Amino acid sequence: MTTWQPSERALQRAAYRAGRRRRSFGVALLSTVVVAALAWWVLVTSPGWERARETFFDPAEFTDVLPGIAEGLWLNLRVWLIAGAVSLVLGLLLAIARTTTAPALFPLRAAVVGYVDIFRGVPVLLVLLLVGFGLPALRLPWLPNQAAFLGSLALVLTYSAYLSEIFRAGIESVHPSQVAAARALGLTRGQTTRRVVVPQAVRNVVPALLNMVVALQKDSGLISVLGAVDAIRVAEIAVTGSYNFTPYVAAGFLFLLVSVPLTRAVDAYNARRGWRGARGAAVGIR
Amino acid sequence: MSTRSTTAPPPSSSGSPLLRVSGLRKSFGDHVVLDDLDLEVAEHGCVVLIGASGSGKSTLLRAIDLLEEVDDGSIELRGVDLADPWVDADAARARMGMVFQAYNLFGHMSVLDNVTLAPRLVHGRDKREAEAAAVEMLTRVGLADKIRAYPDQLSGGQQQRAAIARALVNDPELLLLDEVTSALDPELVGEVLELLAELRREGMTMLIATHEMAFARDVADQVCFLHEGRVHESGTPAQVLGGPQRTRTREFLARLHA
Ligand SMILES: Nc1ncnc2c1ncn2[C@@H]1O[C@H](COP(=O)(O)OP(=O)(O)O)[C@@H](O)[C@H]1O
Ligand SMILES: [Mg+2]
Repeated sequence: MTTWQPSERALQRAAYRAGRRRRSFGVALLSTVVVAALAWWVLVTSPGWERARETFFDPAEFTDVLPGIAEGLWLNLRVWLIAGAVSLVLGLLLAIARTTTAPALFPLRAAVVGYVDIFRGVPVLLVLLLVGFGLPALRLPWLPNQAAFLGSLALVLTYSAYLSEIFRAGIESVHPSQVAAARALGLTRGQTTRRVVVPQAVRNVVPALLNMVVALQKDSGLISVLGAVDAIRVAEIAVTGSYNFTPYVAAGFLFLLVSVPLTRAVDAYNARRGWRGARGAAVGIR
Repeated sequence: MSTRSTTAPPPSSSGSPLLRVSGLRKSFGDHVVLDDLDLEVAEHGCVVLIGASGSGKSTLLRAIDLLEEVDDGSIELRGVDLADPWVDADAARARMGMVFQAYNLFGHMSVLDNVTLAPRLVHGRDKREAEAAAVEMLTRVGLADKIRAYPDQLSGGQQQRAAIARALVNDPELLLLDEVTSALDPELVGEVLELLAELRREGMTMLIATHEMAFARDVADQVCFLHEGRVHESGTPAQVLGGPQRTRTREFLARLHA
């Protein structure tokens, strides 16, 4: 093997590319500074800026309420993890139930279609209110009535419906030739679903599933409408009376602290398995 | 691949054939693909299906393997008509092996798992037994070093040999092969055809759709030319490929050589 000495031409190209990169960086930096400065100027010269800064960005208030809100956020995270796990399992079961063909299971299939139609079609806030205030009115002795439980239940109802549609799309994306190959080997319909279709279906929709899981992390904040003492409810209590809205900003800050790294991690994972957005794989094309 | 000197049992000319297809009709909507088709495959026999693209070769093989529901006619395997809806189709399919043009390996499973899936799930073998049989079969088709590989890490010829191993490991009574070399690069075709010729010498009963006329001449004891939904002309390779009697057959063969 010979060692490669870049040709004169290759060196010229490399120098040209380095020059273009420096230029691109300079342009990007300049445009960022200009846009940021402009935004800042619009903000601080707005007539209500002084008032707004006091009521939304009060540093003392911010540090004051942060620990309490963080404690509330812990409830959001637990609701997120539990509701997320339950929704994923339930969503998959719902999607599989829809693929069955046995006549005896017709009521099941019909029920699943109805379930998905209803919970996909009703705003999640409405589901929360109906479950949170409607179910306790039934006075079922075995039903826990904590707001966090009922809120999680409502989130599971909505999210399992959404997730089942994603799983169903995944099941439909598995090529029919895979089913033909499995059946040709003598596998039954059920064996084919479990061993061949579902594993490939799940693989195909992992990015879409992860995006829903990230969305659920934010929606976990909705349980506050039922009075569950989560990050948003803690902030709300702090705001009441003081008319200083800094606690809301603090809550938003904490949600971002979780959701931004999560989104980045999901994007990185998806990119690694070759699922890219509009930019990505084609970025190297001149 | 080594040429094994297994003495193949002679094709049985007496008694009923292993497979007898009669009066088979299959249509997709208004399009009649198979129309009153008759075909027989003797035990240890090798029948080659030829015909233009779209003449219904794949449809016929899929119908025999009960992957397509037919409109009419019978598909008798050892005298039992599989087209009857009360026959256990899963059990019938388990008795036949099918190899597809596009391999259709399970992409989420290693080669070993592809080959052990049916023995474990369908034929009730335990894991150790199934893996031993799979390793033996994969070694036989020259994939001993690819057992842990996934399908997308294999060349086309290797994938097709894995697919053949997946079908063979279940000891099928009848092997159905659908243009198994047409997706392969020319230099990979040979390795797959050589494997099939070896199976033939061992007495495997085969029904093969192919465009490889030289291969057909070597292995077939009967060649069937499919045209307009029927076996338009059939006979020994010498008869059909060497001296076709009917115009359509001659035209088809002439187009191939053109
Ligand atoms: N699932 C299907 N739906 C509709 N038409 C089909 C289907 N499968 C095959 N056909 C039609 O049946 C005819 C025979 O196809 P095929 O059996 O694949 O032919 P060959 O394998 O000989 O090329 C073709 O005209 C094809 O378009
Ligand atoms: Mg075909």
